[in-house]
Amino acid sequence: MNAPVAAEFDAPLVNATRFRQAHSADWERLEELVTRLEKRSIRRLSDDDLLELPALYRTTLSSLSVARDTSLDRSLITYLEQLSTRAYFQIYGVQTPASRQIGRFFARSWPESVRAIWRETLFCVLLTAGAAFVSYFLIRADPSWFYAMIPQGLAGGRDPSASAEFLRSTLYEGEKDWLGVFATFLFTHNSQIAIFSFALGFAFAVPTVLLIIYNGMMLGAFVAVFAAKGLGLNVAAWLMIHGTTEIFAICISGAAGIRIGMAIAFPGRLSRMDAVVAAGRTAAIAMAGTVIMLAIAGLLEGVGRQTITNDGLRALIGSAALAGWLVYFYAWRPRSAADGN
Amino acid sequence: MATKAIRNRDLKRTFITPEGVDLKLELGSAGSRAGAFMIDFIAMIIVLVVVTIALALMAVPGSDKFVTVLWLLGFFVLRNGWFSLFEMGTRGATPGKRLMGLRVVARDGARLTGAAVIARNAMREIEVFLPLSFLGMQTAEGTADTFLVLFALLWSGIFLFFPLFNKDRLRVGDLVAGTWVVQTTKAKLTHDLVGSGYRPRRTFPEHALKLYGIYELQTLEQVLRNEQSDAIVTVARTIRDKASLPDDGDDYGFLSDYYAALCARLEAGLMVGRRRENKFE
Repeated sequence: MNAPVAAEFDAPLVNATRFRQAHSADWERLEELVTRLEKRSIRRLSDDDLLELPALYRTTLSSLSVARDTSLDRSLITYLEQLSTRAYFQIYGVQTPASRQIGRFFARSWPESVRAIWRETLFCVLLTAGAAFVSYFLIRADPSWFYAMIPQGLAGGRDPSASAEFLRSTLYEGEKDWLGVFATFLFTHNSQIAIFSFALGFAFAVPTVLLIIYNGMMLGAFVAVFAAKGLGLNVAAWLMIHGTTEIFAICISGAAGIRIGMAIAFPGRLSRMDAVVAAGRTAAIAMAGTVIMLAIAGLLEGVGRQTITNDGLRALIGSAALAGWLVYFYAWRPRSAADGN
Repeated sequence: MATKAIRNRDLKRTFITPEGVDLKLELGSAGSRAGAFMIDFIAMIIVLVVVTIALALMAVPGSDKFVTVLWLLGFFVLRNGWFSLFEMGTRGATPGKRLMGLRVVARDGARLTGAAVIARNAMREIEVFLPLSFLGMQTAEGTADTFLVLFALLWSGIFLFFPLFNKDRLRVGDLVAGTWVVQTTKAKLTHDLVGSGYRPRRTFPEHALKLYGIYELQTLEQVLRNEQSDAIVTVARTIRDKASLPDDGDDYGFLSDYYAALCARLEAGLMVGRRRENKFE
């Protein structure tokens, strides 16, 4: 101020220069930290670096705001935008550790999301039961309906023309050599269907509902075939050991799809986009959970059912599994749910 | 060049950080999204082939059941887990996306959750895998007729081109999960064009500086940074002609001095709230 002429010569001509001189050390330090983070994991940064990171990020972010308002140096603004974005992803994009996420999933997210779609789940259960009853009574009245509903390959000879002895043998004499493979195949196949019925919900849930109805009809058809030969209770036990878990899982995945379809069709007070996103995220957790349920069902079906041939024990295991799921989803409320996190 | 700039501006999206600053993210273009998917798809097929061969070699008599179980589980994880598991990682991108410089981000600016990643990738089942496996199955059985092929193509086509029909380039999966895919780029801190300290500069009369606005200034900045001699000659000649200034033989020096003077003038305008966007204002 005392020497105006000298000051005029020394003062930077444009804001960008002044700005670069004052802050470029901070920006470059942040860039260095972010580059290291992008290359390796967060644990490679020292404690000092980690403490420094948010402060440098905020400095750079405010540099960006100021630069946008006062500077016309385009490449400087671009640089600050991209550096801030990279730092943002490192700071806010970092996921909580996998172990904590998995813990959270089992303790909170999974039961909560299943509870959130209870109406749709109930609807699917009723739909399955209704379809099963309809096909049961149709086939009891006129066995030829069976051939219209069940493809030959799936039936594997278990159709109305089969003898009681043959039907009985399919219930108690399983293939014992390939148990593990059978269980794995059932698990991956059913899980794929669960994921389908979630995704198909996007088409206003119509294909999902059809899938659920068909599932119920197959159920009723098989029971009808066995019941006609006086094997009703036996087939019920045969189905129950894994079916309680498997059918419940299919119903939940169907419910997940229906939730998405309903959110698209009837968004309610939210905007359609927001409604779909909220539904999609809740439904995705429920659907991911059904994959776990189906893994357990696969084990029960592929291994448990083939080795346990006692009807009472089969029914007991199936009921216990169902009770376990019901308690886990609807009755059990972990205490940590109250802490709001 | 100009069309590219305009297109890029079309893909810029407001993205407010919790600190309240707009990062102006750039969405991934349809081309790079498709490229990333193709890379991932080919990588998955390569992994499948390599693992299958490795398992086939490993299989000794008696272990065939175990190997079958491994293969079935491996196939399931590869098909359903490739995208989800990679995107749940800290990079928020599959290998294909990383190569194309893409990243999955939650649209609301919050942290990308596992639920969102699962939702966006489960939708791939109906977008890609359903028509593919349907077609594959029917072809294997020899029952694929023209109608079915057309239907499968149409079905995939609707979902395939879905991103082109909305301005945010959202896949159906992005729509359901509340995510979008952004371009991540790294810019280097460039040198200061004006510099500080005293050095002799050309001075320009008022009428010469009144010619241009911010858009022209930033175009000039680009020309100076690119340092392409023919562009510099052309731009210098244009400015001299317009402002009727004499040619002193040093085009680059002339342009950088003109840039500094014009920048200082426009910035002074900014300080008093006069923002001149281009030469027409």
